[in-house]
Amino acid sequence: MYAFEFDRPATVAEAVAALAAEDAQALAGGQTLIPTLKQRLASPSRLVSLSGIADMKGVSTKDGVLTIGGGTSHARVAAEAEAYPALAAMAGRIGDPAVRNRGTIGGSLANNDPAADYPAAALASGATIVTDRREIAADDYFQGLFTTALEEGELITAVRFPVPQAANYQKFEQPASRFALTGVFVAQTADGVRVAVTGASEDGVFRWKDAEAALSEDFSEGAVKDLTIAPDSMIADLHGSKQYRAHLVKTMTVRAVRAAS
Amino acid sequence: MHISLTVNGTEKTGEIEGRTLLSGFLRDGLGLTGTHVGCDTSQCGACVVHVDGVAVKSCTMFAAEADGCAVDTIEGQAAPDGTLNVIQQAFQDHHGLQCGFCTPGMVMSAAALLKENPKPTEAEVRAYLEGNLCRCTGYHNIVRAILAASGQDLPAVAAE
Repeated sequence: MYAFEFDRPATVAEAVAALAAEDAQALAGGQTLIPTLKQRLASPSRLVSLSGIADMKGVSTKDGVLTIGGGTSHARVAAEAEAYPALAAMAGRIGDPAVRNRGTIGGSLANNDPAADYPAAALASGATIVTDRREIAADDYFQGLFTTALEEGELITAVRFPVPQAANYQKFEQPASRFALTGVFVAQTADGVRVAVTGASEDGVFRWKDAEAALSEDFSEGAVKDLTIAPDSMIADLHGSKQYRAHLVKTMTVRAVRAAS
Repeated sequence: MHISLTVNGTEKTGEIEGRTLLSGFLRDGLGLTGTHVGCDTSQCGACVVHVDGVAVKSCTMFAAEADGCAVDTIEGQAAPDGTLNVIQQAFQDHHGLQCGFCTPGMVMSAAALLKENPKPTEAEVRAYLEGNLCRCTGYHNIVRAILAASGQDLPAVAAE
């Protein structure tokens, strides 16, 4: 790993100021960034650790909306997000216990790994990404592989999840990495059903609109069991072909609907 | 940069670089070589220590982030006279190790599990050890040791 300066500010304002330095990089839980630095795939001049910012940690619920601080660990979400059981269960299956104690929701959403779990939860829930300077709807936030609406130096301070009437996340795990080979998050609200898929597409997390339309009419396994999704834009690698992932998208959707209803 | 932290109950200080990993500081800075570095990619879990009471992979945390924290390592598990703690003793009694390389991480993960869940099921033990790899034992005796350390009767473990 190349050398860098290290800052550990105590407030969001100090962190944003420190990130204005040239080639500065925010450090959340580090569970992706530190391995990346070791491989010299990134070489920031300055790392700005967010772990000392108490205001960015915590889980609270008010008026049917669950708010999670951007620096909150997966373990804490798993333990404290009782108001949204499907989200707590998803957080409790990320990586392994030691990874969950360090990794954070803000870090996961800022990185937007195409096989990460949180992007599916945020997109299916219609979450709002709150940053140091604005609020971004999940539909506008995810912009492809490792790409988001965040500007240089912009920090996720919190994420707001409207709690759905029913929801479930089904992950078909890659057993070595514990990332999603394909994961599907289904959320039913008064406005309809949203279905978000991670791990499957070359364009990152996406909404499966055909399934959403069918499930908004009839929230049952039967509504989706005859649907198909085109394999063209799916990921193909040694773990699974495009066709296999397309099949998994439907299978995980059926399982999620079964578990949620 | 300068850090001060509590390691196994004792105040420690050190001069580090920003890029110094917690595993490196413990091993090279403090001479606590019981924390093993296996993969150095946060997969194998040989480097697991506790930071403020929770298990972390010390190869995937910067020492600078442990400034002001309480860190517990394998060296702090036995009593000062060398008497093994209940988990270590169970690993010995149930042959929960062969080469021993993964054992410090296994013991620290087991300690974290039993703190959260004092009477885990066999399935819960196996799930909790997802991030700890052992290439010798096939895990059966590790799982038995942790169940024994929890004070439960030992069930017949699968594949016996």
